[in-house]
Amino acid sequence: MKLSRRNFLKVAGVTGSVGLVGLPTRANGAMSLASETPGETERAVLVDTTLCVGCRGCEAACAEANKLPDPPSDEKVFGELRATSPTAFTVVNRIDNPRNGKPRFAKKQCMHCVEPACASACPVRALDKQPTGPVSYNGDRCMGCRYCMVACPFGIPKYQYASNNPLVRKCTFCAARQAEGKAPACTSVCPSGALTFGTRGELLKEARRRVFGNPGKYVEHIYGEREAGGTNWMYISDVRIEELGFARNVGDASYPQLVKGALGVPPFVMTLWPPLLMGIYAFSHRKNGDDEHGHANEAQSKDGGDHD
Amino acid sequence: MTSVAATAQPNWFQEKILLGMTGRQYLRSLVTPWNFAAAAIIAVGVPLMIWRFAFGLASVTNLSQTQPWGVWIGFDMMTGIALAAGGFTIGATVELFGLKEFHPIERPAILTGFLGYVMAVIGLILDLGRPWNMVQVMIRNGTHSVLFEVAWCVMCYTTVLSLEFAVPFFEWLGWKRLYTPLRKALLALTVLSVMFSTMHQSALGSLFIIAPGKLHPLWYSPWIWIFFFITAVIAGISMVIVESTLSHQVFAEKFKGQHVDLDKLTIGLGKAGAIVMFAYFFLRLQGVVDGHAFGYVKGFYGAWWLLEMVGLVLLPAFLYAYGARNRNARVVRIGGILGVIMIVFNRLTVSLIAYNWDQPVRYVPSWQEIWVSITLVTVGVLLFRWIVNRMPVLTPPADAPAH
Repeated sequence: MKLSRRNFLKVAGVTGSVGLVGLPTRANGAMSLASETPGETERAVLVDTTLCVGCRGCEAACAEANKLPDPPSDEKVFGELRATSPTAFTVVNRIDNPRNGKPRFAKKQCMHCVEPACASACPVRALDKQPTGPVSYNGDRCMGCRYCMVACPFGIPKYQYASNNPLVRKCTFCAARQAEGKAPACTSVCPSGALTFGTRGELLKEARRRVFGNPGKYVEHIYGEREAGGTNWMYISDVRIEELGFARNVGDASYPQLVKGALGVPPFVMTLWPPLLMGIYAFSHRKNGDDEHGHANEAQSKDGGDHD
Repeated sequence: MTSVAATAQPNWFQEKILLGMTGRQYLRSLVTPWNFAAAAIIAVGVPLMIWRFAFGLASVTNLSQTQPWGVWIGFDMMTGIALAAGGFTIGATVELFGLKEFHPIERPAILTGFLGYVMAVIGLILDLGRPWNMVQVMIRNGTHSVLFEVAWCVMCYTTVLSLEFAVPFFEWLGWKRLYTPLRKALLALTVLSVMFSTMHQSALGSLFIIAPGKLHPLWYSPWIWIFFFITAVIAGISMVIVESTLSHQVFAEKFKGQHVDLDKLTIGLGKAGAIVMFAYFFLRLQGVVDGHAFGYVKGFYGAWWLLEMVGLVLLPAFLYAYGARNRNARVVRIGGILGVIMIVFNRLTVSLIAYNWDQPVRYVPSWQEIWVSITLVTVGVLLFRWIVNRMPVLTPPADAPAH
């Protein structure tokens, strides 16, 4: 009995110290959260829906830049709130402002999160965040698990289900154009000034200036400032964002941070389990003066047959 | 197979593959109503799988842009992997905790686990849009993804299971040089099996932590990985109870002359099941308290949650406890069946029913999706039968060690 107890303490001591080594690293991970303006220097777009006239020039420019089929020219597309699709990376929706009945338009596309849920969910890094802002997709790596679609709180990644060699499709933020120093196709054609392309830090200041400099004009909320930990596409409007068909329940937490705790488990298990399990093994086989094969029974299983 | 029918003398092939029968006798023995049903299922299921690769997921599934995961993930993967947890649960009980009396059910549990994982991986390959890129998981360092963890652990654990299964396989072939070292490695393999299982059984739950807005609050919890791990242990125990009961009925002649008291083992499993099940019940309650989600216990999802918590967690917990306390194996077995149903219920609820709960358009699987899932289960059952009829699984040889 004495021996067993000593053995137990030995195992407990070893595993306990491993646990102590593991804990501070997890705490450090949580500390790295704090940052004043996330993604301040990243490329971003401010959408001012009060300026949008609904010409859908951005849709056409997007289709051209990404070699997608031409968007429907018919005004009837405004009949319903549309979602993006594998063949339309951006769509403009119209609602009637419930307060004055005037039409209000909002362009929808990938939000290019500062800390994107999709890229953190991607096990093969097919989706990856560029340091300059865009969340890019590399189809050569994609195995088609569609976990990005589960993860994205804005419902943006779309899948080519009808293909036997399918890809995830979504707005690229015209990363290739940006690399050449050009603005994204959609922002470069916008005639009304509804889309402003710049850095996230500057655009946040501009958004605040517009919202707080025109009291009563805007809803006092910059959609994308904090949503999902901050996004590179940000919206200001005089109607509530959910009325424009945007998800309001995404929360302010960065999505990759949500899983940090659960992802801290594997290192813990990999270091703790083998010594712990071997300790249990040694403990349960020590009792009867075990032989090399470990054929002894534990006290609890006295009535059990030894089958060797 | 028919070409061998001509040989009159029982050769190696007849001995090992045809169970000592001639080819003609063997084929005749296959003509049973159950085999006919299985053949019919497979005859439709396999072309559906080929169809899916030829014409894409849309040609056979009802998956949509809002519902990227259907029954092939929700049932084949989520449920299949949980139900295959018996391999590591019983392995640990026998090899590590030293409860030798469970040794007779260790090999069937490992075989069930192995086949379960193989079928789950086949289901996954069917579901992946570009499965040929699976190798990317091994060369890209996607450590920030829960799915990366799941993929690696499932890969590693399937390998461990195949090595554990290799022991009876090589015993069957009589390749002593191969099974002797593998038998000795069984302890190390069991440690690895517990380690990998802890990680991916829980990580299958962690997959949903990144979708707080999509999974109903009664099931969403940052601690969902703990629930998934505990239910995997419950699944392992329940599945072993059900599987051993069925095996002892279906393969009764194999157990002749054996002195294994299955009732006693079942009662022992029931005792463990009761403890884990009660713990799980209170942890789930804690999860709802922690998530301030009690207000959601209303309407369809409230009733669905109560059905799960009372009918499929509390009730089998009491049945396990009652059966273990009054040494009534029958009651434990009913608890085991409910335990298995609980796992199917829970995994389908988390991945399909309570997922996208506030979406106007709901996913309903196509008949092809369901048929393919049934095909995989059928193939698994057939392989189990084929193997236990030949290899020393249900009745391990007298010299087989339990470490």
